[in-house]
Order: sequence, then structure tokens, then C-alpha cells
Amino acid sequence: MTRYVVQRVLSLIPVLIGVTLLVFLIMQLAPGDPVKIMLGPHASEEAVTQLRRDMGLDQPMHIQYLRWLGGVLRGDWGRSIQLKREVLPYLVGRFQKSAYLMVLALSVACLVGVPAGIISAIRQYSLDDRIAMVLVLVGFSTPVFWLGIILQIVFGLLLGILPVSGIQSPGQTGTVDLLLHLILPSATLATGPMAIIARMTRSSMLEVIRQDYIRTARAKGLGERLVISRHGVRNALIPVVTVIGLQAGYLLGGDILVEMVFSYPGIGLVMVTGILARDFPIVQGAILMVASSYVLVNLITDLAYAYIDPRIHYGT
Amino acid sequence: MEREIDLRPGKVPIAVRPAEPKLARRPRSLTYDALRRLWRDRAAMASAAFLLFMIIISALAPLIAPKDPTVTDLPNRLLPIGSPGHLLGTDELGRDMLSRLIWGGRVSLLVGFVAVLVAMSAGVVVGLLAGYFSGWTDSVIMRLIDILMAFPSLLLAIAVVASLGPGLINAMLAVSIVGIPYYARIVRGSVLSLRNQEFVQAARVIGASDLRIIVYHIFANSLAPLIVAATLDVGWMIMAAAGLSFLGLGAQPPTAEWGVMLSAGRQQIRNAPHISVLPGLMIFLVVLALNFLGDGVRDAMDPRLRQ
Repeated sequence: MTRYVVQRVLSLIPVLIGVTLLVFLIMQLAPGDPVKIMLGPHASEEAVTQLRRDMGLDQPMHIQYLRWLGGVLRGDWGRSIQLKREVLPYLVGRFQKSAYLMVLALSVACLVGVPAGIISAIRQYSLDDRIAMVLVLVGFSTPVFWLGIILQIVFGLLLGILPVSGIQSPGQTGTVDLLLHLILPSATLATGPMAIIARMTRSSMLEVIRQDYIRTARAKGLGERLVISRHGVRNALIPVVTVIGLQAGYLLGGDILVEMVFSYPGIGLVMVTGILARDFPIVQGAILMVASSYVLVNLITDLAYAYIDPRIHYGT
Repeated sequence: MEREIDLRPGKVPIAVRPAEPKLARRPRSLTYDALRRLWRDRAAMASAAFLLFMIIISALAPLIAPKDPTVTDLPNRLLPIGSPGHLLGTDELGRDMLSRLIWGGRVSLLVGFVAVLVAMSAGVVVGLLAGYFSGWTDSVIMRLIDILMAFPSLLLAIAVVASLGPGLINAMLAVSIVGIPYYARIVRGSVLSLRNQEFVQAARVIGASDLRIIVYHIFANSLAPLIVAATLDVGWMIMAAAGLSFLGLGAQPPTAEWGVMLSAGRQQIRNAPHISVLPGLMIFLVVLALNFLGDGVRDAMDPRLRQ
């Protein structure tokens, strides 16, 4: 196991280098000159040349990349052009807010998706199962930005029981207020993963309940409830762990849309406004932060899977 | 006269031969089997019919749409559904919603299909090269794919748009680029499993060129998983492209595009919720139909489900 962990962690290095390279290149190719954006349209030619030299933008590309990478590793992620402040601490604060949203959404998705999948599987082809499976398709066909708007209309405007935007009401700082603001965005964000988790749990469970050891458990006289819970679910959930981990990609992407709908001040909102305002350091930092966290979540998922499934052969 | 019975080994006397099932008379191809299974799948067929309807409507938009989708009419803004002359009401600038939805479908469907076509073509070439030539070609390509896949899909699309600049074509290109690794991996997987099969070796022995082997023997045999992936992918592409437009990074106003319409309608959800709800509903219905159809195609083509 230790060897597998070390190998898996080492395999991250080239991927992370690739990610930083891609993020760097994407911003290099972006239209518009950051120096001209910083100095405004009326800057003199000398000022532009001077600032370009100060920022190291007159250096060859690979030198620029290495300097930027060095900065990233030291925690110097540059300064925002628009906000005139350090990028890293600003983004960390925003990312934390997004994390609340994503963790809550994923918890809801698991708490609903896993039991729904299990019930569907043990009552295969029943009406419940059919309804659940149609809902699953509905779930991952619904654009999150549309669902968010519908929830805003229903719960915010028609019923008037939940806040529809932001993270706190003006003047409030309490946890209850925060949670109230999180209900609609996290419910919106949860639907896609919920559908996928339910579907995977169902198919995994269907595979497991046809195994010999389930027949054996029944044959030795165990009650159905015990057979399902102790022998069925525990084995069926192993592949579901990977699926849950894979939802990180969906959450991190969907989060950007959901934050826009609910004006939720997380990293997604910062990223999109940054792109529209051509605030390159912010955009670069936000993309790098989200992509690196995705790589890390994938690592954790792989390790968790290897840990709970003793049949996995480490290494090769 | 008594009929002579042929008793040579391997010959079954006619009188003893069991009645042949009717269906077995005509030799059937796998494609025919798959199509027949798909035909019997009611949800998939209903979805296919709906999609066909949408495609026809979109193709004929200039003829069918009652009004010009971009002509504004401020005195008649925010009319509700069912208003005379405006079946689905008007938007915040008085433009006819029905016409905008029809024209918007044209954009969204086109973007979805073209994006899948671009992603699939590029992915197929990359996957064939990686799988067939293996060695360092494969290593280099696969490391690049690993890097692309280290990004959540929508984030990568946003990053590409950030680099190319907002716009409909760039958004379409962005979602295509995001799709390339998935197709490349599917094709590479098929190639790896096929390249050492006997029929490929046989082709090599009789002197077929690499190109011929790749195209006629390997690519032709890896089509099934590709078709399934592509059907399911069109929906994702439509949703992602609309999402980018919603964020202001894709199609730009005043283009009639579902994502743009939804985004513009948000300002009016108090007075006229229909102008943001309807475009979203269209995206939802089209994507739902594509998913039903995709599931149907997958079930029809999966030999393990065969009776």
C-alpha cells in the first residue's frame, strides 16, 4: 500500500507541471496586452516598455514560465489588475466559500442518491424503480443554470421563504443565515451528481445481489434486510466511492454556473468576472486553484478506493 | 413412393429436423439487430421523433418563425404567454419569444452537433495514432491527454474561451477541445484490443498498408462505442455551450441563442418569468431527448443485453 501511495503521489508531479504549463500558455495566448490594460489606453510608449521590463514580460517565454512557476510555488500569485490586491489570499477566501457549497451539495447528493439507487436495485423493474430511473435522466439533463432560476422563482419569489442570492443578508453574520443562503444553490448543484450517484449505486447493487455470496447468505437463513445491508450494500458501495470522487469535476464546473445564478461570491464568480474584465492574474490563479484541487481530489479518490477495496493490486 | 432418407453423418433427415424459427430464415447483420432493438425502445423512439421535429423546425426557421427574432418593439415588451400576435409572449425588448426560441434552437443544435463532430474527428485521429503506433507516440499523446483531463470539463472550456476571447465560435471550439481526450481514449482502447487480433495480423501478412489497416480494419471495428459516446455527448455539448453563453462567454446578445436568452431574461424574473424559463425548458427537453436516445442506442448496441 505504501508503495502504491508513493507511486501515485509521484505520478502527480508531471500532471501538475502540465497543468501549470497549460494555464500559463492559455493566458499568454489571451487577447489583449496586460500591460496596456493596466496602464490604460493613453499610456506613453516609454511607460509601457518600462512596465513590460519591470514585469519581466520582455524575457523569452520559458524564462517567463519558470519565473511565474517559481512565484506560484512561493505563494506569490501576482496582483489583481482590477482589485489591486494580492491574488492568492483573495482567492483562498473565495475558494473557501465555494467549498462550503460543494461539500454541502455533494453530501446532499450522496444522502439522496445512494439510498435511491439501493431501493431501485432491490425493487428492479417496479414502478418505484422506473420512476427513479426517469428522474435520474431528468436530473442530468437539467441545465443547472435553469434549475437555479426555477428554484429562485418558486422559493424566492412565489413562496418567499428562502434567500435567492448572495451568501449573507446585509448586517447578518450568523451560521443560520449562511445555511439559509446555501440551501438553494447547493440543492441546484446537487441534482447532477445525485442522478449519477443513484444510477451507479443501482447498477453496482444489481451486480452484487446476483453474486453467489448473496445466495449463500440467503440460504443460510439470514433475514433479507441483513442480507441487503451487510452483504449487499457494503460491497456495492465500493465502486460508488470512485463515482462520488469523480463528481468533483462536475461540482467544480457546475459550481461556476451556480455561483453566477445565485450571485454567490465564490471562486467561480471571481473567475468569470475576471475573464470579462481581462484581469489575467485573477483568472490564471482561479483556474490553477480549481484545476489543482481537482487533481488532488482525484488522488484522494484513487487512494480511498485502493484502501477500501483489498482486491486492487497496487503498483502495476 | 417411399422417400429415401439420407443417413450420412452430419445430415439430419428432413422428417426429424426441428421446425426452424421464422426469424432465423434471413441472415441478419449486427447493425440490423441493433436497429431493430432500438426501434422497439419506445422512449428512445419518441425522443428521436422529438429531435427530428426540432431539427426540421430549426432548419426551416427562416420560413417558420412568425417574426424577425432581432426586431425590437418596446411598446409591446414583456407580453405574457398567449398574447395576440405573440403566442409565447415577448421579451424585455419586445422581441417575439416564439421566433427567438425557433432561431435559438438553430444555433444550439448546430453548435452541439458540430462540436461533437469536431471533437470526435480530432479524437479519432489522435486515438488511432496513439493506439496503433504505440511507443513514444503513444506516450507523448497520452501524457497530453492526461493533462487535459486534469481539468474539470467546464473549467477547461472556460479556460479556452478565456484564451480565445468570448464568442459563439470560440465557445463551440472550446467545448470541442474538451471533448477530444474522451474520444481519443475510447478509440485508443479499441485499437489496443484490436491491433493484435488475428484479422489485423492477417491483413498485415497479406501486405496491407498501415493506413488501410487503420481505416478498414481497426477504425471500422471501433465504431460502436464511438456512436454511443457521441449520442450521449451532443446533449452535454449543447448544455455546455449554452452554459458558456449564459456566463457571457459564448454567443453574444442580440443573437437568439437559448443560453443568451436565459441570461438576459434573469433581470425580469419578477415580471416575466417566462422569458428565462422557456429557453431553459428547450435546452432541458432537447438534452433529455438526447439522453434517452443515447441510452437506447447504448442498450441496442451492447451485445451483453442481447437475449
